[in-house]
Amino acid sequence: MTPDLNGLAEHASAVRRDVVRMIGVARSGHLASSLSIVDLLVWLYWEVLSLRTDEPSWEDRDRFVLGKGHGCPALYAVLANRSFFPREELWSYRRLGAMLQGFPEVRRTPGVDAPGGSLGQGLGLANGLALALRDRASVPSVFCLVGDGELQEGAFWESAMTSAHFSLDSLLLLVDRDGRQMEGATEDIMSLEPVRDKFLAFGWAVEECDGHDFASMEEARARLGSRRGKPGCIVANTVLGKGVSFLENDPSGGRMVLGRDSMDKALRELEKGGD
Amino acid sequence: MLINLRTAYGEELLALAKENSRVVALDADLCGSTQSVVIEKNFPERYFEMGIGEQNMISVAAGLSLTGKIPFAHSFAVFASGRPFDQIRQSVCLPKLNVKIVGSSCGLSDFGDGATHQSFEDLATMRVLPGMTVFCPADAVETKWAVRQAAAIDGPVYIRLNRNDLPVLFDEKTPFETGKPLVVKEGSQVALVATGTMTAIAMEAAGLLETKGISARVIHLGTIKPLDTAALAKAVNGVRGIVTCEEHTIYGGLGSAVAEALCAAPLPMRMVGIQDRYGQSAVCYDELLVHYGLTKENIAAAAEKLL
Repeated sequence: MTPDLNGLAEHASAVRRDVVRMIGVARSGHLASSLSIVDLLVWLYWEVLSLRTDEPSWEDRDRFVLGKGHGCPALYAVLANRSFFPREELWSYRRLGAMLQGFPEVRRTPGVDAPGGSLGQGLGLANGLALALRDRASVPSVFCLVGDGELQEGAFWESAMTSAHFSLDSLLLLVDRDGRQMEGATEDIMSLEPVRDKFLAFGWAVEECDGHDFASMEEARARLGSRRGKPGCIVANTVLGKGVSFLENDPSGGRMVLGRDSMDKALRELEKGGD
Repeated sequence: MLINLRTAYGEELLALAKENSRVVALDADLCGSTQSVVIEKNFPERYFEMGIGEQNMISVAAGLSLTGKIPFAHSFAVFASGRPFDQIRQSVCLPKLNVKIVGSSCGLSDFGDGATHQSFEDLATMRVLPGMTVFCPADAVETKWAVRQAAAIDGPVYIRLNRNDLPVLFDEKTPFETGKPLVVKEGSQVALVATGTMTAIAMEAAGLLETKGISARVIHLGTIKPLDTAALAKAVNGVRGIVTCEEHTIYGGLGSAVAEALCAAPLPMRMVGIQDRYGQSAVCYDELLVHYGLTKENIAAAAEKLL
């Protein structure tokens, strides 16, 4: 397991268990791609973002945009564990009329800062937020987490060009580089490499980290520094389905529907503290 | 008197921006044409040139609106509505964000560039999105009203603008209201329901019909959505039939909206509009209006068929 930075590993385990439970109860949801971003979200929400959980709309808060909206069970579980809303809400995820929809909806869910779901649009939204917030006395940071497959959307690169053109150094992009997408490996479907060089060529400051190692995330952020005038990107190397052995790099691309048995099995693994 | 709609739009956008510091503008490398240049010149810190990238422009506008800004995003109608349709649906209309999309050079009005730059589908595509308000002003006065009204509405708005000098039909006393039909000429036998540039032409058609002894009522619909169905039914009360007139495909635009609104108590209808075709280049705007059957004669002929 990753070194425990201020109890983050414990939070991550709790969040993973909630993700498995909520998708298990709903019998629907993108489990593997939610699990791959749990550690990144836990790091952001417990260590990095400046937030007020009792005042979700605090104007000077840092903003978070989830580009890969299908990973929202991880975001919902994080927000519930950070007390943005009662944890009971998690068990009605994806039910008719529920607060927690299959994709994040701004205004519907406390703590959700931006809409998400149609891939490739998150960075554009984050650009707009960063442009709007940059005139404030204390400039809030804007964080955006995208899936690697999402980089295949052309509009993403319009946005990447824009972030650099406007010197949005309050913007930090995290790329969940699990190397997988719906129908297989990203490099087989539509190759993305060299990811780092692409961002460098677009005028970004780029670092890499182990997306399941909190210290590695911290180091990458420190290496990026204040990056004067450049948007920052951290390519986080992750494992699809991280934390549940039979999901990790599952060849089905994590599309497995979680039956009662596998949910129990996954929860038992997570109770033990994972790998 | 003729006034250019783009000029009127720019004047009002600037006036609005002077009064309301939340108003910001974005453009996709067409600010001189769309007139969002007035913001760039006067409030450079509130103008965002997005380059030739309409999809990112709409996403950025959505992001700006999340902090309370009122972004007006501009391009030609065909690009503003077509290229970023998914961004408009997913990141603007679904979350009900306060983004205003201004589709300039609509319909045939970019006569020189031809089919690729002419937009006959934008009323249809913008109208199907839940929560979207769609304005299609007929003259400079209504264009200015639409700018103000768009800013007053808390939610997505699409404004469709012609690029040419057009006759002034209204004045500051005209009682514009979102979703309400405006009877601009009384008449008893047939109703000419028109939007945008076609309202002025429908007025001419009513004059032509009068010389033939036919009394035509002219109703302007400056809002394509939402549409006050009861008010529309009342406005067409007593006539024997309706001719809809639009510089847009007959599929999904004004004609369809009117037919849908009145389908519970239908009247015979004819639709004057683009007949499921693309545009083309021409040396002047009027030449295209004639070629595509958008003249007073076409409207009058359609009205006569109803009687």
